[in-house]
Amino acid sequence: MSRIGKALYQWLDERLHLDDLVTFMDKKSVPVHRGSIWYYFGGVTLFLFIIQVFTGILLLLYYKGSDQLAFESIQFLMSKVSFGWLIRSVHSWSANLFVLSAVIHMFSVFFERAYRFPRELTWLTGMLMFFIALGFGFSGYLLPWNELAFFATKVGTEIVGVVPVVGKPLMVLLRGGEEVSGATLSRFFGFHVAVLPGLFVVLLSVHLIMVQRQGMSEPLEEGHQQGARRNTIPFFPNFLLRDMLLWLIVLNLLAILAVFFPWELGKKADAFAPAPAGIKPEWYFLFMFETLKRFPAKVLVVEGEVLGVLLFGVAGLLWTLVPLWDRKRDQGRRNRVLMYVGIAVVVYILVFTIIGWLA
Amino acid sequence: MNDQSTVGGPQTKRDFLKIVLGGGLLAWLAAVMYPLVAYLKPPKQGEVQVTSVKVGPVTGIAEDSGTIVRFGNKPVILIRNASGEMRAFSATCTHLDCTVQYRKDMGMIWCACHNGRYDLSGRNIAGPPPRPLDEYRVIIQGEDVFLSKNT
Repeated sequence: MSRIGKALYQWLDERLHLDDLVTFMDKKSVPVHRGSIWYYFGGVTLFLFIIQVFTGILLLLYYKGSDQLAFESIQFLMSKVSFGWLIRSVHSWSANLFVLSAVIHMFSVFFERAYRFPRELTWLTGMLMFFIALGFGFSGYLLPWNELAFFATKVGTEIVGVVPVVGKPLMVLLRGGEEVSGATLSRFFGFHVAVLPGLFVVLLSVHLIMVQRQGMSEPLEEGHQQGARRNTIPFFPNFLLRDMLLWLIVLNLLAILAVFFPWELGKKADAFAPAPAGIKPEWYFLFMFETLKRFPAKVLVVEGEVLGVLLFGVAGLLWTLVPLWDRKRDQGRRNRVLMYVGIAVVVYILVFTIIGWLA
Repeated sequence: MNDQSTVGGPQTKRDFLKIVLGGGLLAWLAAVMYPLVAYLKPPKQGEVQVTSVKVGPVTGIAEDSGTIVRFGNKPVILIRNASGEMRAFSATCTHLDCTVQYRKDMGMIWCACHNGRYDLSGRNIAGPPPRPLDEYRVIIQGEDVFLSKNT
């Protein structure tokens, strides 16, 4: 360290007691085992979120959030602004990789049973962030005000509307009126750039503090050897460097995708044009889309869509609350049934996503 | 200390204060929340009540075609079948609010969003739509076609 650097460190240390932090960082370690690879996906998700914030702020410099101007402002951004196409393309691709990485992180935590005692709250904050991530995707999709976005938003908000009792008022609240209109765009813009990021950052802080407090979860089998010498690596610098290397790889992947597969803008939304053939939601909603498509119009006396939406709601709730009802894992025992349920969920999502993709 | 049996002056005074302060707090919360909740609810827009619209001359509407017509702020689909007969329906799919279109190749009304199908009488015949499309009246006055609500 140079003399100035040392002096600066000392100045800060006198006021903030940095020595404690350095000792702590020095001692922090990460367990090593056959499932260690999955630890990196939380970090990758975080990295992609940071990219979203960064590129999102850049897009805000040119975007205009109104039904008259939104489409044109992005057209301008992509054709006139230097590298505007790149920033938008990175934002769109990063959004997709962000959701993908969060999905992988969620399923790895599920199958590694890392949500069991004492990490129930970490899982819960993670799930809430996952739902917010879907909210980010859904609200951001509308902002270019193109044809696909317009109908996707109509369908998505209408699905909220079919929920009994609270659905209708909630739909009006989301749309800013009875129909999807400029008012909806204003609201979604507000959700996307203020409400959701605010909530997300609070949850993210809690999530990270808890991971920090409790350390990383280890698989059950490894946990049994608590007394024995555990295999670990130091967090700083070993784990951090590996983390950063992966981030660099992700950034490169993102650049390749954004440059070679630039995101399209499509046609401007027109409330008086029919929904275009081949319309589809984003890939992470495809399995639900395909399922709803297959539901019959009526099941007994209930409308098919109401039943479908309620089933997804209940399934999502059960999934979110899994640490509370999976008692076996708390006691350190395996729960085979849940393992099979998890596998069935993955297979179902994969199959229906592929069917939706090919259709 | 605060034995239930010795409910005396101070106890009642405390209860009284609890009720007043607690009630005050609730009233305060309501006074703060009410405007916020009301603010989130969008006001009813003064919508022009449309009862009929003019589409255009009969000759402008091709046989075996479907056209989306603006009816106030709602889309209506005007179908003219191969034999020249005209019927009109709400173009809003009864499933999840997408806008339907006429498919010549199928000879029916089709919704691209979830593959819902209606016949040319607006009846839901396949896919997820739970109800038929609402019908509108087609009126031909001289050369021109008008649509009106089917009341």
